Amino acid sequence: MAGSNPNAKPMNLTLNVWRQAGRHTSGKIVEYQVKDISPDMSFLEMLDVLNEDLLRKGDDPVAFDHDCREGICGSCDLFINGRSHGPEKGTTTCQLHMRKFSDGDTITIEPWRANAFPVNKDLSVDRSAFDRIIQAGGYVSVNTGGAPDGNEIPIPKEISDRAFEAATCIGCGACVAACKNASAMLFVSAKVSQLALLPQGHVERKTRVENMVAQMDKEGFGACTNIGSCAAECPVGISLENIAILNREFLAAKATSNNLA
Amino acid sequence: MSWITKTLTSSIGRKIIMALTGLFLCTFLVVHLIGNLQLFKHDQGAAFNTYSHFMGTNPIIRTIEWGLVLGFGFHIFEAFALTRRNKAARGATGYVSNHSEQNSEWTSRNMGILGSIILIFLIVHLYNFFWRARFGGLDKMGGDNPETRDYDNLYMAVVSSFHIWWYVLLYVAAQISLGYHLWHGFRSGFQTLGLNHRKYTPVIKYVGYAFAVVVSAAFAAMPLYFFLFTNDQGDLKAAIASPIMHAVASAF
Ligand code: HEM
Ligand code: SF4
Ligand code: FES
Repeated sequence: MAGSNPNAKPMNLTLNVWRQAGRHTSGKIVEYQVKDISPDMSFLEMLDVLNEDLLRKGDDPVAFDHDCREGICGSCDLFINGRSHGPEKGTTTCQLHMRKFSDGDTITIEPWRANAFPVNKDLSVDRSAFDRIIQAGGYVSVNTGGAPDGNEIPIPKEISDRAFEAATCIGCGACVAACKNASAMLFVSAKVSQLALLPQGHVERKTRVENMVAQMDKEGFGACTNIGSCAAECPVGISLENIAILNREFLAAKATSNNLA
Repeated sequence: MSWITKTLTSSIGRKIIMALTGLFLCTFLVVHLIGNLQLFKHDQGAAFNTYSHFMGTNPIIRTIEWGLVLGFGFHIFEAFALTRRNKAARGATGYVSNHSEQNSEWTSRNMGILGSIILIFLIVHLYNFFWRARFGGLDKMGGDNPETRDYDNLYMAVVSSFHIWWYVLLYVAAQISLGYHLWHGFRSGFQTLGLNHRKYTPVIKYVGYAFAVVVSAAFAAMPLYFFLFTNDQGDLKAAIASPIMHAVASAF
């Protein structure tokens, strides 16, 4: 393999993989062996190797979610050895490399578990609850007509930096998966504080937080008890400060919005 | 439902009630603790009984007491409502392997269990001291002082309770639970209310740790003191004759 580490020894691993035929069937852990895994492979490439083996044998390959494989889309939702996206801090599963494991290891791979994230098949889960929360308020109004000048709205550097930090959320759901309460509040708070910090977000500021929280509750996510697993497992380091901002925004909106319903 | 009930039954609304009542209960703990320090005076309970007589009869205190009942009531009700909702949110199928100890603290994940131990303690505690003080069943102080003669002798009830080993054990276990509950709860309450700031949040965290340790240790010292160091009249045991032990015991 070009560019690979010549000293890296290939590994043999035991995988305990959650297999489930469909949304309404029950599932179970099935054990597989994979051989000659290069430490330079990503975790998803290792699963590709497993699936090629399974296909060759005429077995059903393991379904798992992935898209960009470069850490930006948030699709690769795997719960590995009891942790969202595996043991490494600040990474998605696609950016987790097999050099973090050792020859002979047993690796347990499960789907995200939350009532609001039903399992589609095997390791693939339906995270469309997140899409519906964003649809409820995670947008801004834009004027039609000519494009405005880029520097027309002055935004202090500190504010734009903080908004940007919150905007880096990739909607992966690792926070929900790690949380004892399956709470989506880190995800919701990232979007709410990003848009509350910026002047462009002020038009819908109150309705946004009211509607997004209402949708979050309706989808059946839990209520945050400030445990902090979410922020510890978030691949982009969204901080708990955002949840405090969310609670402030929510209280202020409820107290002052014109919405009586 | 009006916007008010909708707000208060939403996930964040319930959490805000939790936090407000929790922090209110923290202020109660401070008052309760300072008052109970009278137990450590070597005066056959005169100061403690005078204090508890005041607490039991003063109309302002009696009014605030209703606030306390509501505070506990809402805190406990919301605790069960939120814990149930959060259990349901996790879903029916759990993880085969879940290493949450690698991403969070044990106390933070077990607030419901810690709270439930406090609740069991609370029921026993209220029955034994509060109920008997308020609705009869206690001896009078007696003695020569005409002012305190007719006060209930709650002090003797405390002394005799704290000579029962399982009672002392329950108290100490409950105080350990309270300490862990506050270890997480103090800072969590501020966070829930949105009071998070890069300058002050670290301070709140360490104040909360100190609060948890000091409050629970001081409450736990009361049953331990009577059990270990006093006879069944609340006087220091003769066996603690050595001046060092005496100094330790009276330092409490
Ligand atoms: C003197 C007694 C108590 C005090 C001072 C106290 C204090 C607190 C505080 C300050 C919080 C944090 C609130 C927040 O973050 O929103 C809290 C949370 C909590 N308490 Fe208590 N509490 C007490 C008794 C109880 C009892 C009796 C129960 C249960 C029956 C209980 C169950 C809970 C639960 C489940 C939480 C939620 C955890 C969280 O959101 O952080 N507590 N408590
Ligand atoms: S907050 Fe972090 S863990 Fe949660 S969805 Fe966004 S990026 Fe993923
Ligand atoms: S596959 Fe896109 S972030 Fe991992």
